[in-house]
Amino acid sequence: MSGAATVAGARLLRLASREDAADMPLYEHTVIARPDLSAQQAQALADQFGTVLTEQGGTVAKVEYWGLRNLSYRVKKNRKGHYLHLNIDAPASAMSELERTQRINEDVLRYLTVRVEAHEEGPSAVMQAKSSREERGRRDRFDR
Amino acid sequence: MTTESTGPDRGQGDDRRRSTEPPNITIRRPFFRRRKSSPFSHADAPKIDYKDVKLLQRFISERGKIVPRRITAVTAKEQRQLAQAIKRARELALLPYVAG
Repeated sequence: MSGAATVAGARLLRLASREDAADMPLYEHTVIARPDLSAQQAQALADQFGTVLTEQGGTVAKVEYWGLRNLSYRVKKNRKGHYLHLNIDAPASAMSELERTQRINEDVLRYLTVRVEAHEEGPSAVMQAKSSREERGRRDRFDR
Repeated sequence: MTTESTGPDRGQGDDRRRSTEPPNITIRRPFFRRRKSSPFSHADAPKIDYKDVKLLQRFISERGKIVPRRITAVTAKEQRQLAQAIKRARELALLPYVAG
């Protein structure tokens, strides 16, 4: 996968993207990973995706790990999945390269890229919901 | 009205009249519909976000369908944004395409 051709291609892309680095688009990228990975393995995927992006002249502003969540319906025969959410500042070419690697990667069940005008400050709605639920869960356990 | 219980204004009750209306108007006109205001119109209203599952769930029926805006009283613009957000959430398996 990381042959000489891709390295040269990456260098070209980086040179091209340097000119318009100021107006690189912002993305939110969410990945659903296979549930039989451990939480550490799932979070290591984020680093892997980060290197793909930095090779292409992009940066990852924030990574959120939403944990192993129940899916609303079965995706590739799985009922659960690890959710990773990345705030990304990268040229469009880097995003298409990231999506290409994710289509190949068998740990990735699904991904969604959304272009945004501005990255959110602070934790996303999912993380806020999760932390409030965890607090409630802890209280329940004490009661028992 | 339908029997859907997922509308956003359901919990607030019908006794909260708008101040511009006479208090006994529903007694005289049983089919009068209260002019509701959009749940996103007040100052600290939540932003429509495909990640905010709890918010989006208020705008889908028990079957997982998007509730029409004549029931939820959101504006046309907000309904378009909501539909987009719900469809994104479905793609991420945060919301169902078909529930139950």
